[in-house]
Amino acid sequence: MSVAEAGIARRTVERASNGQKVKDLLFRAALLLSLGVAFITLGVLLVDVAVDGGSSLSWDFITNFPSRISPERSGVQSALVGTLLLMVTTAVFIVPVGVASALYLEEYADNNRWWNRLIEVNIQNLAAVPSVVYGLLGLAFIVRAPLSLGTVVLAGALTLGLLVLPVVIVVAREAIRAVPSSIREGSLALGATHWQTIWKQTLPGALPGIATGVILALSRAIGETAPLLVIGAALFTRFNPNDITSDQFTALPLTILRFVTDSDSEFKALGAAAILVLLAILVVMNAGAVYLRNRYEQKW
Amino acid sequence: MEASSPTTAGPPPGLTRQRTRRSVGEQVIKGLLALAALISVLTTTGIVVALIRDTVKFLQEVGVSDYLFGTKWTPLAGGDQQSFGVLPLIYDTLYLTAIALVVAIPFGLGSAIYLSEYASPRFRRVVKPIIEVLAGVPTIVFGYFALTFVTPLLKDTVGIDLSTFNALSAGLVLGILVLPTIATVADDALASVPQSLREGAFGLGASRRQVSLRVVFPAALSGVVAGIVLGASRAIGETVIILVAAGQLANLTLDPTQQMQNMAAFIAATSQADISTQGTEGLTIFAVGATLFLITLVLNIISIRFVRKYRQVYE
Repeated sequence: MSVAEAGIARRTVERASNGQKVKDLLFRAALLLSLGVAFITLGVLLVDVAVDGGSSLSWDFITNFPSRISPERSGVQSALVGTLLLMVTTAVFIVPVGVASALYLEEYADNNRWWNRLIEVNIQNLAAVPSVVYGLLGLAFIVRAPLSLGTVVLAGALTLGLLVLPVVIVVAREAIRAVPSSIREGSLALGATHWQTIWKQTLPGALPGIATGVILALSRAIGETAPLLVIGAALFTRFNPNDITSDQFTALPLTILRFVTDSDSEFKALGAAAILVLLAILVVMNAGAVYLRNRYEQKW
Repeated sequence: MEASSPTTAGPPPGLTRQRTRRSVGEQVIKGLLALAALISVLTTTGIVVALIRDTVKFLQEVGVSDYLFGTKWTPLAGGDQQSFGVLPLIYDTLYLTAIALVVAIPFGLGSAIYLSEYASPRFRRVVKPIIEVLAGVPTIVFGYFALTFVTPLLKDTVGIDLSTFNALSAGLVLGILVLPTIATVADDALASVPQSLREGAFGLGASRRQVSLRVVFPAALSGVVAGIVLGASRAIGETVIILVAAGQLANLTLDPTQQMQNMAAFIAATSQADISTQGTEGLTIFAVGATLFLITLVLNIISIRFVRKYRQVYE
């Protein structure tokens, strides 16, 4: 390359790089803007709900039953009780089943066997099934024959439990996998059986991670509307479900739906207030999950 | 997992396993755990059986071609007005998903590229969980937002002639709902591209934009596509936003200012309606459910394929 050619080449590069710099800056700005969309929407959404619902929020709102006619005396007690009962019942179902599944897949399953691979692919697929389809499953087999539970809290909890089970299993597996194998080997070398090792060493080590997963799963479960709609739960009731196997019930998302779809704007405001109650529960649960993770997380 | 010794003759006679109470107990426990894991397989089986059973009954009454190719969806109407053509419902589902993706793909991918290629580790550590919070907001809240904020905003402030229930606001908010899914999956894919590829490109004088767009993005493409497919599948199956903000009428129209109804919202709305569970009307929800399940299953299989592909390249 002659000297003249080199000069031309350098100028070309410089000019190009000036244009490039502008493009680089624009590109970076566009990226930040896209990130901003998520943040701004989240912010606007929270402010909107707080402004609409804040004034309706009071102790009476928490303790009153919903009313079809008078918004000022309407509340969410039955929905709140329904949601809490659903949460506890779902937890009783998903904790043992989810942890046992995760233990089987991590500690026992031989990945070369087709049935174990089938279970894994299956869990992956279940995680992507729309929640409304779980509602149909609950309607077909839990509410109607063979379980024939009817539209009760237990049926709702089982339906929601099946829906969030993949979440529990995936997170619990990660927590179990994070326990180093040296811990297991030490225990086995001391003469413990496989199960004793799991029960006394692996599980306690994985517990904070598992608890986080369960809380995440439950917070997804109590925010779900569609499956409960499909199994026929009430949009609102004027009584609390006293028995999880016989009473009709409602839950916060359903009562919110009832309020929000009312043409009366005062009821819409109650919907916003009920959303605030639901979000408050979710914030508490997630804060609990973060606390558990930070407080008990083990560094191996 | 037991490590097997390389000897071919097996353990000496004194060391063969005896069946003791302890070892039987171990086997029982293993069996119980396997049983729990089987519940997930039973769930899938249950879904398939429940859907197929009533769908077959439904199709026998309505006819396959009337269902699949009919262009009028009025299953709850009486007499002559009743028609079971599912096309409008499928069309609306895809239309709403398309609006959602128009929002979610550019902004989701933009967020992912920024987080993976531009942001400092500290910024990323703080920001990514906040985006995930967006994914954890119950969809009823998004439905409320679409109905009481976005629709009035577009109607009164922007000046679009919208009906109270319309596809546009529901679709836009649906886009916000699936944005975090696309952003986080794509970010994971971008972040897993080996550093050496970036360094090679920087060494050749490429700018960060060029590295991001011409090296990292193509290298992570299959993961990015997997994220988009996953987001689409979530949008297709979403119920409550559509139920609250888009209306109750399956509509074969190109006009986003009109009301629309997707498959999931139809199922939810119809199961609340007071109809006989044994009649054809009661069976429609299972037929529509089967259609929806099939579509999301195909999308999910595509997504898993894509994820496998990009894992194979770099591991």
